[in-house]
Amino acid sequence: MYTFSSKLKQFSFALMIIGFLGVAYGFFSTPNSVEDVKVMLAESHDAHGETATIENEAHATETTDAHENVAHSDDTHAEHAYHYLKNKPWSALYVALFFFFMISLATLAFYAIQHAAQAGWSVVLFRVMEAITAYLPVGGVLLFVFFVLSSLHLNHLFIWMDPEVVAHDELIQNKSGYLNIPFFLARAAIYIGGWIWYRQHARKLTLAQDNAAAGDISNYTKLFKRSAAFLVFFLVTESMMSWDWIMSLDPHWFSTLFGWYVFASMIVSAVTTIALVSIYLKGKGYLEFVNNSHLHDLAKFMFGFSIFWTYLWFSQFMLIWYANIPEEVTYFATRFGDYKLPFLGMVVLNFVFPLLVLMNSDFKRVNWFIIFTGIIILIGHYIDIFVMIMPATVGDQWFIGISEIGSVLLILGLFIYVVFTALSKAPLLAKGNPFIKESEHFHY
Amino acid sequence: MSSKVIQAMYNDDDILMDAVKEVRAANHHIAEVYTPFPVHGLDKAMGLKGTRIAITAFLYGCVGFSFAIWMMNYMMIEQWPQDIGGKPSFSFVLNMPAFVPIMFELSVFFAAHLMVITFYMRSRLWPFKEAENPDPRTTDDMFVMEVYVDGNEDELVSFLEQTGTVEIKVTEKHN
Repeated sequence: MYTFSSKLKQFSFALMIIGFLGVAYGFFSTPNSVEDVKVMLAESHDAHGETATIENEAHATETTDAHENVAHSDDTHAEHAYHYLKNKPWSALYVALFFFFMISLATLAFYAIQHAAQAGWSVVLFRVMEAITAYLPVGGVLLFVFFVLSSLHLNHLFIWMDPEVVAHDELIQNKSGYLNIPFFLARAAIYIGGWIWYRQHARKLTLAQDNAAAGDISNYTKLFKRSAAFLVFFLVTESMMSWDWIMSLDPHWFSTLFGWYVFASMIVSAVTTIALVSIYLKGKGYLEFVNNSHLHDLAKFMFGFSIFWTYLWFSQFMLIWYANIPEEVTYFATRFGDYKLPFLGMVVLNFVFPLLVLMNSDFKRVNWFIIFTGIIILIGHYIDIFVMIMPATVGDQWFIGISEIGSVLLILGLFIYVVFTALSKAPLLAKGNPFIKESEHFHY
Repeated sequence: MSSKVIQAMYNDDDILMDAVKEVRAANHHIAEVYTPFPVHGLDKAMGLKGTRIAITAFLYGCVGFSFAIWMMNYMMIEQWPQDIGGKPSFSFVLNMPAFVPIMFELSVFFAAHLMVITFYMRSRLWPFKEAENPDPRTTDDMFVMEVYVDGNEDELVSFLEQTGTVEIKVTEKHN
C-alpha cells in the first residue's frame, strides 16, 4: 500500500495556493474598460512615439492627417485588445484545465486499450493508470462548470455563444443547429458522464477481481467487454469533444483530422505522465515489480506517439498550406503571424527533441533520461494546447505570464493531490488480473 | 581450416535453452545453434553481442534523407522549376513542406533496403548459396547445437548426453 507522504501533500497544497493567487491576480489585473486599454497602449507606444514626432515636425501638414487616421484605428484596436485581455485569464485557466483533463482522459483510453487487447506486459502499471484517471471526475466537473460559466457569458471564449456575433455571421448561423448552447452543454454532459462512468466501473471491477476466488475471472472478462465498448464510445466522443471544445473557438475554420490531432497530443502526454508517476513511485521504493523493461516499453510509446503527433500535425498543416484556401489558411496565418515562437518551438520540443533523444534503445531504460524527456514533452504539449486555444481567444495579446503559470500550478497541485490520494486507496499491484504473472516476469 | 565439432540435437526449445546455459557454464565453446524458428532469449543465453544493425539503420536513414533533399532541390528548384498550385518553385525553403513526404519516404526506403542488404552480406547470404545447416531437420522440428571439441572428446560427449539431447554426432566443421 502506498501512503501519500505529507511532504508531497504539502507540495500539492503549496502549488494550489500559489496557483490560486496567480489566477486571482490574473483576473483582477484585467483592464476595466476600453479607456484603460487606450492608456496602456499609449504608454507602450510612447517610447517609440518620441522619435516619430521629431521626424514628423518637418511634415506638419501631413502629420495632422495621419494623426486622425491613427486615432481612428487606435479606437478599434483598443476595443479588440480590451476583449482579448478580458479573455486572457479565462483562456489561461481553460488551457490548464483541458491539459490536465486530457492527460487523465487519454490515460483512461490507454488503460482501456490494455484491457481490450488483453495485454500482458502492462498489468503491473494498472494501478498507476487508475490513479491518474481518478482526476477525470474532478477535471470533468471543473470543465463542465467552466462551460456553464461560458454559456452565461461570463467570458467570450466561444464567440458563437454570443447572439450579437451570430446575428451578423451567416457561417455561424448555418452551423447553429449544432453550435448552440443547450446542445453544446448536453453533449459535454454526455461525453464527460460516459467517460466517468467507465472509469468508476473499471476501477470497481479490477478491485473486485483482486478479491475474487482463485480461478474466477468473471470480473476480468466483464471488464474486457466493457473496455472494448468504451473504446468505440471514446473514439467517437473524443473526436466530437475536440470539435466542440477546441475547434469551435474558431467557428469558421474546420479540419477533418482535428480529433486525431488532439488525440495524438493527449495520448503522448498520458503515456509520459504514466512513466513519470511510475518512476517517482519506484524512486520512493514502491512498485518493486516494475522493471526497466516496463519503463522501456513506456518510453517506446513516448517515442512512437511523438512521431505520430508530428505526422498528424504535418498532415493538417501541409494540406491546408498546399490548397491555400483563404478560410482554411487563416488558422495557420495567425499562428505564423502572432505565435511564431511557440508554434514552431513546440514542433522542436515535441518532435525533434524526442526523436533524437529517445531513438537510442539504451537511453529508454535510463530513468533520469525519461524524466528529462518527459518533462520536455509535457511542456511541449502544454504549448501545443496553448497554440490551439489562444489565437482564437486572445489573439495577439498572448503572453505566458502570471495567469498562465498560475493556472498550470493550480491545476497541477489539484492533479497531484487527486492522483496520489487515489494511489493510496488501493494496493499498487492488481494481483487478481490473470496476466499478472506474465507482467511481473516481463523482460525484453 | 577445419575443426572438430560435436553436433547435439534437441527436439524442444526449452531443453535447448537449458542445455546452452549448462554448456556455457561448463566453459565449453558453442560454435553455432541451428533452430527452425527464432528462440526468444537464445542470443542472450549464448552470450552473443547485441546487434549493431540499428546504428546502420540510422545512418542509412540519414543518407536517404540527404539524398531526398538533394534530389528534390535538383528536380524541382534547379532543373525544372514549375508553378504548382500558385506556388512557384524558386526557393527550396519556401517549397519545403511539399517535399517532406518524399524526404520521409526516401529515409524509410534507404534505411529498410540497405538494412536488408547489410544483413544479407553480414550473414553471408546470397542467391544460390548452399544451406549451412548441418541437418535438414533443423528447418522442421529439430534444434542442433554445435560445440567445439577442445580436450577430451568422450568426456564432452557424455556431458552433452546428460543435457537432454536426442542424438549426437561428431564431425568436422569448415570455416
